[in-house]
Amino acid sequence: MGAINRRQAFLLGGGFVALTVLPMAANAEPSNDAAELIKKFTGGKEAAKGKITLDLPEIAENGNTVPLALTVESPMTAENYVKEVLFVADGNPNAGVATLMFTPMSGKAEASIRIRLAQTQNVIAVAKMSDGSLFTERKTVKVTIGGCGG
Amino acid sequence: MSIRYGSLAGLATAALVLSAVATSGEELERKGIPAPPGHVFQTIISGYQFRTKETRALQDDDLENPGFLAVERAADVWKTVDGGEGKSCMSCHGEAEKTMKGVGAAMPKWSEKLNKPVNLEQQINICRTEHMKAEPWAFKSKELTDMTTFVRFQSRGLPVAVKADGPMSPWFEKGKEIYYTRVGQLDLACASCHEKNNGKFMRADFLSQGQTNGFPTYRLRDQRLIPLHERFEGCMFDVRGVPYKPLSDEFLALELYVAWRGIGLPVETPSVRN
Amino acid sequence: MADKPRIKLPKEAKKGEIIQIKTLVSHLMESGQRKDAQGKPIARKIINKFTCEFNGRPVFSCALEPAISANPYIQFDARIDEEGTFKFAWTDDDGSVVTAEEKIALKA
Repeated sequence: MGAINRRQAFLLGGGFVALTVLPMAANAEPSNDAAELIKKFTGGKEAAKGKITLDLPEIAENGNTVPLALTVESPMTAENYVKEVLFVADGNPNAGVATLMFTPMSGKAEASIRIRLAQTQNVIAVAKMSDGSLFTERKTVKVTIGGCGG
Repeated sequence: MSIRYGSLAGLATAALVLSAVATSGEELERKGIPAPPGHVFQTIISGYQFRTKETRALQDDDLENPGFLAVERAADVWKTVDGGEGKSCMSCHGEAEKTMKGVGAAMPKWSEKLNKPVNLEQQINICRTEHMKAEPWAFKSKELTDMTTFVRFQSRGLPVAVKADGPMSPWFEKGKEIYYTRVGQLDLACASCHEKNNGKFMRADFLSQGQTNGFPTYRLRDQRLIPLHERFEGCMFDVRGVPYKPLSDEFLALELYVAWRGIGLPVETPSVRN
Repeated sequence: MADKPRIKLPKEAKKGEIIQIKTLVSHLMESGQRKDAQGKPIARKIINKFTCEFNGRPVFSCALEPAISANPYIQFDARIDEEGTFKFAWTDDDGSVVTAEEKIALKA
């Protein structure tokens, strides 16, 4: 890290292109591979709305470290549990964020991670249940870059 | 030319039209401590109070706070022998949890031997070169920032308690002068933002009082710990000035003066900031 | 990634209790999007996988992408039906794996 200069330090973090982004509608067509990743995960099947709660700040204090908490409604028994949850971000250079894999031993389908968001965009979660059913939820996070900090 | 300059140019054009735009839905209450008589503020407020609930939560939990990675690294280094004397920090100072309590809260401190104040980074390197016969650590190195964080952490919760009188007086005055001197193309002094406009929203962020009680601080932007003089450099760079050198007499004087402006605030190292 | 991972979970739990596990490791999570001083791209180097097992059986795991913040924090839950040992593993792009273990007892 020692040899990294100030401008790079600014670009650090996600190392994503730093833009001063004004809050804007994040409903535009995703410019990255978000749709492809979701299709690969779901096998092209439609995911229903519901069961998933995403806890994300409405406005991220800093796009380099955005806390994300997930809860999926499920009894988490051997017969009925959440198998996998895919997270994608439709405004990052690459849409992939993480894929979480739960088991009945997880007890609860809950998890928290910290993610990088390069600009204002949607974070999309798709959950695959043990019976193969699919659920999805999305949340828009406004990302502004410019603060001095301190 | 980076976009960063672009936004700064826009800022200059806007001639610092600051407004208290509440953008983050809920603006959290900012609690402070009463300032002593004759102090520049009525209420002294930690930078913590200017952050969102999510960022506060990162600092509030010692497991979730990434600054503790540094504390734990340095706790091991504290016990590790280094240099020609075959000593570790522990050889002289014993258990840091006991002997370092309060030390970081009182820095910078007058050194009779050097006839000038020294800050924590400098004192750590004095220990290394003089008593351990080890190489000094470079400013901004992981090692020096880790150890500075570790020692400051031993004062967590204790009030900032710098001495600004006696031989420190001229240094205090020098620091004060720097604090109020406008610099850089944007022609801003520390006071322009952190005294006159703290609490206002600028460059998509809330201006704080510029308190130092949380340093070194884990910055979300950099995703690592930032020592105070690097933050000073950053501020001077942000106003398009030529920063003083880290550990220079100028920044040392400024460190003393700014610490005094936060006198009584609890040390929060390792804090989490934007 | 030589630093010891930070892990927090209770020392004991009642049979059937669901406990929360918090983990934090030191890692730059170099995204592969940055350039060095000479303008050359800095190669991606991240932790791409995390797994947690209890007594040899999978509890929780995840695949991570460069959009995970530096010093990855991962929090999840586990149901405790017996006493035993959690094994945690973080896999780096370079193939190295950092592991840690934590024991948990059953409350009487």
